[in-house]
Amino acid sequence: MALIELRWHGRGGQGAVTASQALATAAIIEGRYAQSYPEYGAERRGAPVRAYTKISTDPIMDREPVINPDIIVILDKSLITIPDVLSGLKSNGYVVVNSRTPVTVNGARVVYLDATGLATKLLGKPIVNTAMLGAVARVMGDFMSIDSITAALAQYFGGKVLSINRELVLKAYEATTL
Amino acid sequence: MIEKAVGKSTGPTRVALTGNYAAAYAAKMADIDLVAIYPITPQTTIAEKLSEFVADGELAAELIHVESEHSALSATIGGAAVGARAFTATSSQGLELMHEILHIAAGLRLPIVMAVPSRALSAPISIHNDNSDIMNARETGWIMLNASDAQEVFDMVIQAFKIAEDPRVLLPVMVTYDGFVVSHTVEGVELPDAEAVRSFIPKGKWHALDPSRPSSMGPIAGPDWYYEIKFGQYHAMRDSIKVIAEVMDGFGKKFGRNYSPVVGYMMGDADFAVVTYGVTWGFVKTAVDRARSMGIKAGAIKLNVIRPFPSDAVISYLRGLKSFAVVDRAIYYGAPSPGPVYTDVASALFMSGHAVPALNVIHGIGQRTMYINDFVEVFKELTKLDESKVIFMGVRE
Repeated sequence: MALIELRWHGRGGQGAVTASQALATAAIIEGRYAQSYPEYGAERRGAPVRAYTKISTDPIMDREPVINPDIIVILDKSLITIPDVLSGLKSNGYVVVNSRTPVTVNGARVVYLDATGLATKLLGKPIVNTAMLGAVARVMGDFMSIDSITAALAQYFGGKVLSINRELVLKAYEATTL
Repeated sequence: MIEKAVGKSTGPTRVALTGNYAAAYAAKMADIDLVAIYPITPQTTIAEKLSEFVADGELAAELIHVESEHSALSATIGGAAVGARAFTATSSQGLELMHEILHIAAGLRLPIVMAVPSRALSAPISIHNDNSDIMNARETGWIMLNASDAQEVFDMVIQAFKIAEDPRVLLPVMVTYDGFVVSHTVEGVELPDAEAVRSFIPKGKWHALDPSRPSSMGPIAGPDWYYEIKFGQYHAMRDSIKVIAEVMDGFGKKFGRNYSPVVGYMMGDADFAVVTYGVTWGFVKTAVDRARSMGIKAGAIKLNVIRPFPSDAVISYLRGLKSFAVVDRAIYYGAPSPGPVYTDVASALFMSGHAVPALNVIHGIGQRTMYINDFVEVFKELTKLDESKVIFMGVRE
């Protein structure tokens, strides 16, 4: 069974849960099996939030937390210093981080994107989840089409917010370099 | 970029839905006439989705705004009492506030369907998942189905209407599942054609109030009749297991997804088994595979039906085992065993004259994280179990 696991770290209000759901939705649109679930605490702005996405060729039986992710997505760079955030990354895994400047993490391939800058420019607010989805799509390469992600967004946004977020995902995808 | 290749499945088209949305879509496809829900975490997104369906004109149901769960179920009873297909949903403290009315819905023999994503009970407050709330409702006269994932939630809500409205049953049905871990998890769900659903569950007719034949419902019964009425209710519940099995079988034939009151996994040659319900099922099936790779003849069973308790099917699986465990995600204070389903299984086994050592595993209380390997440990424990006992997994003593 081929399985890709992602762990999302963000702060309440940044949209980590929605991004993880939209990615699972995109995978389901493509005909894969997927699960997305949040680790809920008290829902409040600013509190650390984590969410998981699992994507597989086969039905996913369990609902264990993602302990050994293939990709760790960090929506707020300040979270990188929290010990648990980088734990368990697979040996050839990726860290995708919202940062204006390059970031290094021992033993990991790191991709960075100024999601805050992009989101502020397009949305007028630093809600970085969809920009980070664009970066994640870049990391997933052939395995996840950016079109499926923009299609999936329709389940979470509507009207003008949907069209801006679709543009944001595409811009973020273009702006991310591996 | 990532080097893995995760192939696409060739199965039927699935839609990404949470467990709660699956419940709301099922209620919509069942063409419910009335919905009355009071919001409570983690149920609220069902109320939101159904309100959206009504507001957008996709569902022609009467949506009644209520000020509590007590009123939500009361309004739902009112709807069912005039012959409407009525639906509600709740969780945790909301189910507790409804408790008085749960008995009334069952006593009036009204075919209401309710979705219950389960959540731990206060105090202390926990918004997280365990099964204390639903287990506390087992003796209220409701049929209780239990789903392990979003697909099962959808399918069981459809089945629930057919079971509830069957003239041989006429009892309210709860579709229970785990809060957050199912209610808020996005998964792929196969949505059948709405017409196929409607032809599977044509709207039933029951003893509804009718102005042309005035009657009253649930008036006082004296010692000369009360007992017989309750005896009838007991029989309806006990015999409903046959209808449940029949409906599940018919559902499988029509929609291609098979259900039965109890499901077994690798039970053919098993010496040791774990009895589960809810999300634990998925963990335990993987644990069975791991235990088998270590040479343990492991198997698992899952209860799709909690009430009426499917004693015969459970015993047919457990008979002949060397030992078994029941995993409960609720604590019964001061009971002979702390796990409610363990108590049920033990009673069924005692009445059938079979006895083997059995472990009661308490786990996942207040959504304490469960791991697959926890259940591999349970299988190892079963191989050396010589007397029944209780394990509180993962607790700091």
